[in-house]
Amino acid sequence: MAKGDLISGSIWDEYSDVVVDRMNNPRNLGEITEEQAEEMGAELIVADFGAESCGDAVRLYWAVDKKTDKILEAKFKSFGCGTAIASSDVMTELCVGKTVDEAVKITNIDVEKAMRDNPDTPAVPPQKMHCSVMAYDVIKKAAGIYKGVDAESFENEYIVCECARVSLDTIKEVIKLNDLKTIEEITDYTKAGAFCKSCIEPGGHEDRDIYLVDILRETRAEMEADKIKNATDSSHEVAFAQMTIVQKLKEVEKVIDENIREMLVMDGGNVEILDIKENGGHIDIYIKYLGACVGCASANTGTLFAIEDILKKKLDENIRVLPL
Amino acid sequence: MKVYLDNNATTKVDESVFEAMKPFFCEIYGNPNSLHDFGAGTHKKMAQALDYLYDGIRANDEDDIVITSGATESNNWVLKGVWIDEIMHGEKKHIVTTEVEHPAITATCKFLEQQGVEVTYLPVNEQGTIEAHTVRDFIRDDTALVSIMWANNETGKLFPIEEIGQICREKDVLFHSDATQAIGKLPVDVVRCNLDFISFSAHKFHGPKGVGGLYIKAGRKLTPLFHGGEQMGGRRAGTVDVAGMIGMGEAMKLVTSPGALAHEENYVRALRDKLENAILEMEDTVVIGGTENRTPNTTLISIRGVEGEAMLWDLNQNGIGASTGSACASEDLEANPVMNAFGSDSELAHTGVRFSLSRYNTMEEIEYAIEKIKGAIKRLRGISSSYAYAPESHKSGL
Repeated sequence: MAKGDLISGSIWDEYSDVVVDRMNNPRNLGEITEEQAEEMGAELIVADFGAESCGDAVRLYWAVDKKTDKILEAKFKSFGCGTAIASSDVMTELCVGKTVDEAVKITNIDVEKAMRDNPDTPAVPPQKMHCSVMAYDVIKKAAGIYKGVDAESFENEYIVCECARVSLDTIKEVIKLNDLKTIEEITDYTKAGAFCKSCIEPGGHEDRDIYLVDILRETRAEMEADKIKNATDSSHEVAFAQMTIVQKLKEVEKVIDENIREMLVMDGGNVEILDIKENGGHIDIYIKYLGACVGCASANTGTLFAIEDILKKKLDENIRVLPL
Repeated sequence: MKVYLDNNATTKVDESVFEAMKPFFCEIYGNPNSLHDFGAGTHKKMAQALDYLYDGIRANDEDDIVITSGATESNNWVLKGVWIDEIMHGEKKHIVTTEVEHPAITATCKFLEQQGVEVTYLPVNEQGTIEAHTVRDFIRDDTALVSIMWANNETGKLFPIEEIGQICREKDVLFHSDATQAIGKLPVDVVRCNLDFISFSAHKFHGPKGVGGLYIKAGRKLTPLFHGGEQMGGRRAGTVDVAGMIGMGEAMKLVTSPGALAHEENYVRALRDKLENAILEMEDTVVIGGTENRTPNTTLISIRGVEGEAMLWDLNQNGIGASTGSACASEDLEANPVMNAFGSDSELAHTGVRFSLSRYNTMEEIEYAIEKIKGAIKRLRGISSSYAYAPESHKSGL
C-alpha cells in the first residue's frame, strides 16, 4: 500500500493510447474462411482458448503456407474486456510473417510490450496483465493444431505466474539462493504474483494447480530437510556453531582424540569434556583433567593453550576452554 | 450527451441539499458541543435534520438515529457491536445473513467467522430473493442477529423485510437491515417491520458522500465502535459532520415525501422500463432475477456474448455511465457475488450490465442511451468469439 494505491477504480487511466485505439478499432478482427485460405494456397487453422464463463475467450485464425510454415494471414475474435480485445489484436499482428515455430515464441509479455506508448511505461495496469495471457495461450493452441501435437508440448517448464511468466524452477531457485521467507520477497525478486495475484493463494480470480504460498512452504521445508540431512551425513559441512549440542560434543571429542588425548595418556593423565555452552559470542567448553593432569603445572597454561588452540583451529575461532 | 445511469453507486447531490449545507462551512462553523453561540448556532438545523430523518424512516422519538460516516460504518457497527454484546459477552454464537449482501456486511461477517462466530449465508432463489420462511428455518436458539438487505444493490430485488421482522420478533432475535438501496425508492417503516437496526448512506439518495446513519430501536444495547467524546448521546464519538448531517436530513425529506415516492414509482419506473424493454427487444438478453418486485430504478441485464467491462467501455465512449457485475471491471478481479449467486448459467456471469436511474434522468436521455446501448451490443457481438456471428462449425468449441 502506498499513496498510489489509495484511490481505486482508475484502471482505465492506466491504459496506453495503443490499448485504447485497439479496443475502439481492432485492426485484425474477423475470420478467415476455408475458401480464402485455399486461395492463398494455405492451410486454415482455427484455435479457441478460454471460455465465456471465465470472462475471456479468444478465437485465432491462421492461414499457414504449408511449404514454408509461414503465417500468411491472421485474424481473431474475442469475448473479453478492452485489454483482452486489444492484446488479441496486437498478438494477431505479431504472428503474421512468422513461421509457426517463431510464432510459438511470442509471449504475453511481448504483446504487452508491443502495446506500450513508450518503452518504460506498462501498457496496462498490473491487474489487467492477466487479460493478455490468453493471447499467448491461443498461439500455442493453434501451433499444436497445425503440427498435430499437444499445445502443452511447447512449454518446457511449469509456469506458476502466467502474467509475469515465472516458472516453478525459477521461484524455487530464488527462494533457496536468497533465503526468501515471504511472498512479498518472492514478488520483489521475480514479479510472480505482482499482477492479477491469482497465483499467490487459493481464492483469487483464477484457480491454479499450484500457489506461491505452497511453493514457499514446501521449498522452506526442503531447505530445512537439506540442512538436517547435511548435518547428519557429514557434519563438517555444517559450521560448528550451528551444530546441535550432541554434534558439538562429538566433534570436540573427535578433535581431542585425534590430536591431544594420546599425548596426555602417555603422561598418565586424561581429559573429560563436561559441557559446552554458548556464552555471548563465545563457545565455552568445560573440561575436567584426570589422572596425572590433575595438579600438573602446565594444566592451566601450556596444555590448556594447546587444547584451546587446536579446537579453535579445527572447529571455531570463538571457542574458549575452561578447566573445572 | 452525458447520461448518468449509475445511481446505485452514488447520486448527484440535489441543489436544495447543497444550498442547505452551504452555511455550515464558512458561516456557522462552530462545534455543536461548544458552549457559545458559534456552536449553538448549529443546533436548530441539526434538530430539524433529525426530524426529517426520523420522519423518513418512521422512527419513534424514543429510538436513536446515530449519524455515522455511511452505511459501511453502520453495518460494521451493528455486526461488531452485536458480536461483542451477545456473543463475546453473551450466550449466543450465530448470525444469519444472505449471500448477496454488500461487502460491508459480507466482509465483516467473514472477519467475525475468523473470530469464531458462526454465520449462515442464505442463498437467493431464482428470483434473486429469499422467502421469509427460509429465514425462519435457519434461526437457531443461539442466533444473535438476522441481517438482511432491504433491496439488492445489483438487481434491485426486494427482500420480505416485514415478514422477516415478524419472524425475528416471534423468535426474539435481533433484526438488522441494510436499507441503503431502499431509502427514497419505496416506503421504509422501521416500526411496522419490527426492525432493531437499519443502515443507510446519504449519497445514495441525493445527499453528500461520507455521511450516513444507523437506526437503533429504543432499549437496544450496542457497544460503540468509536470510543472518545460524548457525541451522539455517547453512542458514537467524534465531532459530527454538521453540514453532512444537515444535507442528509434535507435529502431524506426530499426523497421520502409521499409525492417523491410516487414520482419514483411512476416516472422513474417508466423510464427504467422503457430502457429495459428496448434492450430486451434484442436477442439473448435477460433481466437477472426477473422483473418482479424490484426497486423502480434498477435493472441488471445479461447480454450474451458481450463482456461487461467491454460494454462499459463502449458506453463510456458515448458519455453513458453504467456499471457491471463482471469480474474484469473491478480492480480486484473478484467475481460479482450476485451474478455468481444466480449461478444457473455460468456463461452469463461476465455479461451483466447494471443500469440504475434517478429522478434526474429524462426521456430524452433514455432514448439516447437506448440507441447507444444497442450500437454497443452490435459492435461487441461482432467482435465476440462466443456469439452467434461466429461460423456455426466453430461454435461448439466454446
